[in-house]
Amino acid sequence: MSNIATKKHEPLFHIVKRNAIPWWKAWIVRAISILLAVVVCSFVTILLTKQNPVLVWGAMFKGAFGTERIVWRLFRDISLLLCVSLAVTPAFKMRFWNCGAEGQVLMGCLATFATVRFLGGTVSEPLLLVISLAAALIAGAVWGLIPAVFYAFFKTNETLFTLMMNYVAKGLITLSIIYFQWENTFGSQIVSPLRIGRLPKVYNDHLVIILTVALITLFMYIYLNYTKQGYEISVVGESENTANYIGINVKNVVIRTMLISGAICGLAGFLLVSGKDGTVSPDTADGRGFTAIMVSWLAKFNPIYMIITSFLLVFFQFGSKEITRSFRLNDDFSEILTGIVIFFIIGSEFFINYQIKMRKLTKEGK
Amino acid sequence: MKKFLSLLLVAALALTLTFSFVACSNETANGDEAGENNAEATNDIKVGFIFLHDENSTYDKNFIDAAVAVQNKLGLTNDQVIMVTGIPEGSECYDAAIDLIDQGCTLIFADSFGHEPFLLDAARENPDVQFCHATGTMAHTAGLANFHNAFASIYEGRFLAGIAAGMKLNEMIANGDFTAEEALIGYVGAHPYAEVKSGYTSFFLGARSVCPTATMEVQFTGSWYDEALEREAANVLIGRGAKLVSQHADSMGAPSACEEAGIPNVSYNGTTIEACPNTYIISSRIDWAPYFELMITAVQNGTEIPTDWCGGIKEGSVKLTDLNTAVAAAGTQEAIDAAKAQFEEGTLKVFATDTFTVGGVALDEETLADVDTDDTWTAETKVVSEGYYHESEFRSAPYFDINIDGITLLN
Repeated sequence: MSNIATKKHEPLFHIVKRNAIPWWKAWIVRAISILLAVVVCSFVTILLTKQNPVLVWGAMFKGAFGTERIVWRLFRDISLLLCVSLAVTPAFKMRFWNCGAEGQVLMGCLATFATVRFLGGTVSEPLLLVISLAAALIAGAVWGLIPAVFYAFFKTNETLFTLMMNYVAKGLITLSIIYFQWENTFGSQIVSPLRIGRLPKVYNDHLVIILTVALITLFMYIYLNYTKQGYEISVVGESENTANYIGINVKNVVIRTMLISGAICGLAGFLLVSGKDGTVSPDTADGRGFTAIMVSWLAKFNPIYMIITSFLLVFFQFGSKEITRSFRLNDDFSEILTGIVIFFIIGSEFFINYQIKMRKLTKEGK
Repeated sequence: MKKFLSLLLVAALALTLTFSFVACSNETANGDEAGENNAEATNDIKVGFIFLHDENSTYDKNFIDAAVAVQNKLGLTNDQVIMVTGIPEGSECYDAAIDLIDQGCTLIFADSFGHEPFLLDAARENPDVQFCHATGTMAHTAGLANFHNAFASIYEGRFLAGIAAGMKLNEMIANGDFTAEEALIGYVGAHPYAEVKSGYTSFFLGARSVCPTATMEVQFTGSWYDEALEREAANVLIGRGAKLVSQHADSMGAPSACEEAGIPNVSYNGTTIEACPNTYIISSRIDWAPYFELMITAVQNGTEIPTDWCGGIKEGSVKLTDLNTAVAAAGTQEAIDAAKAQFEEGTLKVFATDTFTVGGVALDEETLADVDTDDTWTAETKVVSEGYYHESEFRSAPYFDINIDGITLLN
């Protein structure tokens, strides 16, 4: 036993938390991880499909930048994802795990659509837009407010609560479609798109959406970094006790932040119905409420970085669809590629926060 | 810093590796505009197909297979036949159609019912492009020269498949497995609307034409494609005493539940014999190849595509897959062939009003159906005459949505 104890056993490597890493090094790590993701995807493509990966990546760019129309649509979808991501960010910064963005967006969609169906024809078109926008903001805010109130006063688990609210919102949409007969009761529940109450065309269908979200991005950046409320959010996120000690009313901050979070989700719902789809279904939000969590997290809750992360995700989504189409592969293949890329992007965060120390050889002097 | 340099080097190495691999695998994948001066492509037609799911859905697979078959038959290249899968029933369908037009397509086809309003928008804005839509209902009232619907008289195929089911029930009764009164059929349906109702009613009438004591229970899943729900629905029906199960939903859920429980299954969309060798009897399906050929050659020749086309047994649109003789009752093929001949002669009608009742009485000639789609969903067309319900004659998509006696809806 004793002679074993004298030998110093050390694992081949161990993981150490980094103290701080300069921003440029962090970005080099991220760039390398994306590069490696591209390499792995290429190998997977060769092995599984026997296709030339250069052509495959060419198809990816074609899918995202192929025509002017596609580029506009790419930026529209980036904007919509970014909008939801901006919405969840203040709550996350506060460490309030709002997984209910999907439902909050859907409530915005439902409110927009219902307003147009019920008021359409009785008020002027600009007024109709304003009312439906207001309805969407309120609906989203209310859907955010409910779990916030329960959290603030009864300490309910906000993750589960907000998740469940998603299903309630989906159910409400199905119920409304059937109850109000927006579509044949015995039909497929696909509601025909609205002809009125649509966002005005400025240059094309997408510019208004893109500009609106650009404004929201700017607003959120300033709100989080340069306002008293933004500061309060950071403090509550760091430690509720500290916040209480320095006289911040945590309940108020939680409720106020979730109202803002929900309202911006409601806005995203308004843009989806009034700007993009013109119709409503339980799938209108298309998972953006969940993808947004990743966008926000990867960008470290920084609204400007979020532009980059949402661009990346939407780019790969568009590109992998085109790969599927050009090479007649099935949808699963594009999901494999997107999965690999996301895996590497998330993995890079590990290497930014931690470093791997190899077992020191006696020769190595450091 | 050194570490970063070495990391960069590794990345660079890996990249070079990939590209050397590329050099090895120079398969001639289709370049962008390669189809232009291809000798085979004498006419430069480009067709775009929009599919709801990929080939993992039996519904879409049936369309995709037909499209590939027609592409090969007409000698078109992959550049001339562009297929887009996984397009939801929303504005994505419109976007997909516009993209296909940007790529030079002059004929666009979409396969799902819910694609219709979005495809219609694209058709309105692009009068020079032809649009064909399967299972839709709006072409005959839309007033657009370039928008067309198509379907098939699949209720006749269902009736024939129903005969196979009835024969099997008779065989099991004769074997003493259960009494004639216990001959319960289970049916897993997607949504409670005409396409499904017309389907299970014709299937039931086919079964009852040979097994008069048969009854049926229907369980809806509320989804066209949900393997877990379809499996569960089939198990519920089997638990309630169903002796045979059929389905109108697009996953393998119901057939595989039957295989596990050892309950005979009449399938849809195509054969399931590989996964279910011990329970699969027969399957009815629509073969879309005749329609695809019709629409493509019409555009090539500059002739009109019918506004609302309904293919039948004669056109080759309604097909039955091979009978699984290991499971089916003796004499099934002969019985099906006899009925098929009668359909082609026009002497047999699936919805003959003397074969079924509604609330104890037969349908009269005042019976209305919602043939023309409008905002209020009212039935406006008289559909019963000459002793039968005229399904798919006033419009290709089914409109028979009546609950007949003998069929119980569970949900």
